Amino acid sequence: MELQLSMVDGSVCMKDSAKSEISSERTLYPYVTGTSIIGMKYKDGVILASDTAGSYGSTLRYKSVERIKQVGDHTLIGASGEISDFQEIMRYLDELILYDKMWDDGNSLGPKEVHNYLNRIMYNRRNKFNPLWNSLVLGGVKKGQKYLGTVNMIGTHYEDDHLATGFGNHLARPILRSEWREDLTFEEAVKLIEKCLLVLLYRDRSSINKFQIAKITDEGTTIFPPYALKTFWGFSHFQNPSKGAAGTW
Amino acid sequence: MSSIGTGYDLSVTTFSPDGRVFQIEYAAKAVDNSGTVIGIKCKDGIVLGVEKLISSKMMLAGSNRRIHSVHRHSGLAVAGLAADGRQIVARAKSEATNYEKTYGEPIPVKELADRVASYVHLCTLYWWLRPFGCGVILGGYDRDGPQLYMVEPSGISYRYFGAAMGKGRQAAKTEIEKLKLSEMTCREGVIEVAKIIYGVHDEAKDKAFELELSWVCDESNRQHQKVPDDLLNEARTAAKAALEEMDAD
Repeated sequence: MELQLSMVDGSVCMKDSAKSEISSERTLYPYVTGTSIIGMKYKDGVILASDTAGSYGSTLRYKSVERIKQVGDHTLIGASGEISDFQEIMRYLDELILYDKMWDDGNSLGPKEVHNYLNRIMYNRRNKFNPLWNSLVLGGVKKGQKYLGTVNMIGTHYEDDHLATGFGNHLARPILRSEWREDLTFEEAVKLIEKCLLVLLYRDRSSINKFQIAKITDEGTTIFPPYALKTFWGFSHFQNPSKGAAGTW
Repeated sequence: MSSIGTGYDLSVTTFSPDGRVFQIEYAAKAVDNSGTVIGIKCKDGIVLGVEKLISSKMMLAGSNRRIHSVHRHSGLAVAGLAADGRQIVARAKSEATNYEKTYGEPIPVKELADRVASYVHLCTLYWWLRPFGCGVILGGYDRDGPQLYMVEPSGISYRYFGAAMGKGRQAAKTEIEKLKLSEMTCREGVIEVAKIIYGVHDEAKDKAFELELSWVCDESNRQHQKVPDDLLNEARTAAKAALEEMDAD
């Protein structure tokens, strides 16, 4: 039995190839995964950001994966972890929103309700030992109230002013803890997010230089087209890296 | 035109000597006694209107919806026994969501009309089921443009430019035929439908009624929804004014 460190949410899981007959219906390990999501509240609403990479283990296989999607009129969802499970979650959510829309009664599901619904799904799947292998960030605004919450594959859920999944928890949250303010304008918020995204780009091996930012306010949702950040690799230590090394290594 | 079907009208599985199934005709009578329901196909969409007869002053305005969304792109207006109508709407919703789950695209309106008609017809084939005492007008907007179908209690379904059921259907049909539907937008169509409904409403026999209007058109982003409040009020005012003009003559 080997121990495997999952890069997705830092969990350690056991890979047991002996158990195969009964577990054909269960999720055992993820295949195509997305890395961190960063979310934060700002003055007018909520911003979510991610890169557009879908990794196949250590290969950066898919480079145009949209990991942030709109859910109804008031919510954005960002997912890290198994991409196919995220697609399944979107199916559940699209159905939920459709039935809500068909009532046509002037009311619509807000981010808090969607978060609760997802929490139920994730926790119940975990209890059946067949989790949806994702860490999700839900952000939205309804009637002026900003909401930002997260839920992951074991059903842990909480809300905060700024959130991240996966490596973002270790690299981006400390930056946000010291530099986030309640009254950030959209431009300031984007700058702060880009600072976090850059750190993740440098230090997370599953990230690529292609990012998407999405914002949601009371007026509506915008998911911006992907773009790249400027990186700097001209450090003296990177020049002639094997200069002082002994031997042929 | 009443005919006595003595002996041949006790079961929906009995034909009369002249080839009629009386139970189905009696079911159609339930539809004929209900408030008028109208549907028209304008050049950019469909408008559905219902003359919702109010049986009690205690009823809250906007309750007892007679027009239901069946999917994002289509709606059903019900004439006849409301409880039977709810069953048909539930079935139509289920057919629409199943189709999308299987084929990945919204159900074509023609297909939906076919399925609703089959379901209604099903209930005319067995002695242990009674026919639905309601007819529906189905309006939707898919890849082939806006389409309007009417399904009667017998299970017959046709595609129409303009359709009417209920008490004032003869008068309504005459009025609809006068309209130049191919040149009308839905915005204008809403006003016309309101005028027709107010026109065919029998003040003597039925006291109060509530006008329920819905549309699915380019302006509503091809989504089926209640006509927005400002347009609804505009339609009501125009209809009342037109009525006064007619009375003044």
